[in-house]
Order: sequence, then structure tokens, then C-alpha cells
Amino acid sequence: MRWIWIDRILELEKGRRCVALKNVTLAEDVLHDHFPATAHRPATPVMPNTLIIEGFAQTAGILVGHANDFKEKVILAKIGKAVFTAPCRPGHTLRFTAGIERLDASGASTSGIVERLDPGQPALPAVPLAKIEMMFSHIDRNMSGLDFPDFNFVFTSQFMDLLKQSGFAVPASEVRPAPNLGP
Amino acid sequence: MAMSQDEVFAKVKDVLVDALGVDEDEVTLSAKLSADLGAESIDYLDIVFRLEKAFNIKIQQGELMPESVLNDPKYVQDGKVTDAGMAELKNRIPFADLTAFEASRKVTDFSNIFTVDTIVKFVQKKLG
Repeated sequence: MRWIWIDRILELEKGRRCVALKNVTLAEDVLHDHFPATAHRPATPVMPNTLIIEGFAQTAGILVGHANDFKEKVILAKIGKAVFTAPCRPGHTLRFTAGIERLDASGASTSGIVERLDPGQPALPAVPLAKIEMMFSHIDRNMSGLDFPDFNFVFTSQFMDLLKQSGFAVPASEVRPAPNLGP
Repeated sequence: MAMSQDEVFAKVKDVLVDALGVDEDEVTLSAKLSADLGAESIDYLDIVFRLEKAFNIKIQQGELMPESVLNDPKYVQDGKVTDAGMAELKNRIPFADLTAFEASRKVTDFSNIFTVDTIVKFVQKKLG
């Protein structure tokens, strides 16, 4: 298995923009360690910023992969900037909005924002939470000499299922059985 | 009106400060992108994208960093660039000074040819 840090894709405009949601819940173990109670402070569960970056990377990564019909193995290569201005607590929803700045055969440059929504107070406006810039590499084109598996291990069936469940079409070439990884 | 070298350098400096997270005073004309400013392979793609935006130019893949030459067995043998490879490099990146590289020809030394001055000359050539 792997962590999927987005729950639903709201918008997917080919080569331009992807918007995704992530509900943050106390059922996630990581929040209990970030941060547990101490002798001087009650438990303070907040979503780790590193995992917010991961959620953005998955949103932007799907956008970059979708631009080439998931033919490329798209790997996060560089976080140029990640500036956080507010915390996210259990019961909040994160909204990731990623855009492609530049895409070529080698990879892509993306940027976007993360906002915090409060389902308990839906009338409140979204709170800006982070601004992120990141780059992705198409690794088959940048790591000559290294062999990678033929199957696209980046965009697993879990990501394809997420796309389908969100109401987006999955390229026919990506509908496939699970890869045989051997004994 | 064409941009002066100082104007190009000022913009290149901004690009490198943003792309590499270095201080402005580290970005001197003689600074090497990899050895002095810590650039890794993905940073070259980042720099290309940022140069395109800053100068409103289009840079083709391999135009700044000719990876295809360095990955081609026709031009590289035993980790060193052949005579044919050197000729191809001179043809592909005429803005770069290959004098020091000529001595070692080791692919692992190639990134040393990229100084801030190389980038400035590359942009000046692109701007015409």
C-alpha cells in the first residue's frame, strides 16, 4: 500500500490545473504523534506540514501525469518553496489547487496554494494555508543508464481508482492488472 | 534596445537566487553552478524554466545542458568525451568556455563548465 493524501479530485483541466480535497481526521495515527500531550501541554493534533506538501505533490503529480496521459513516470524532484501561514486541525478540510507553470519532455514546474475549509462553519471563507512551488521529473528521460520497471509504478491503480471515483476518465492504457513484482 | 551585460547579469542573479536558494553575494560571474552554488541536475531544468520566464525566451531541451551528447556512446567512451564528442559540444554550446574541460574530458567534470558567466553569455546569445 501507499499513502494517498488526497480524498477527492474536484477539478482536472488537462495540462493546466488540478484541485483536490483532503479531509483531516483524528483517525489518522500521525496526528496523535504531532503533537502528543506533555506534562505542560494538552495534546495538540495538527496536520504535519510535510504531509500537506505530500498532498499537494499528489495533486500536482496527477496534473503533470494526466498531461501526458500517464505515460511518464512523474517523480517529485524539487520543492522550490513551501510557505505556511496557518495550521490545519482534525475536522478541517484541505483544498489543494495546483497549476502547471511549464511542462516539457524532461519534466514540469508547478505552483499553487493550499487552503483550509471548516465544514463546521461552511459559510466562512477558505483560509489561505500555504503557497508551494515544486518541480517534477520524467525519470525515464533524465536517468539514462538506470533501469526502471516498464509498468508505471508512480501512477498505481490506487491513483486511477481515485480519478474514477472522482468522476474523471482514466486512459484505457492505464486500466491494467496489478503488476507482478515477483516472490 | 538590447540589454547590457550588467542588466542580463542582474536578472540571471535573481533567477539563481530563487532557483538555488543562495545569497545574492554568492552569485559572482566566476561562481560555478554545481561546485560553488550547489546546483543539482533538476536545478538546471528549474533554471531553464526560470530563464524563459525572466527573459521571455524559449529554450529547447538540451540547448543549455546538452545531456544527449554526454549520454551518447558515440561521444563518450570510458567516462571521457571523445574527439567527436568535443566537436559536438563546441557546436552545441558555443557560449561555453571548454578550455579547462578539454584537459580532463571526464563527464563527471562537465558541470564545472557552467559558471554564472556561462549562463549570462547563453542568455545574451539567445537575446541576439
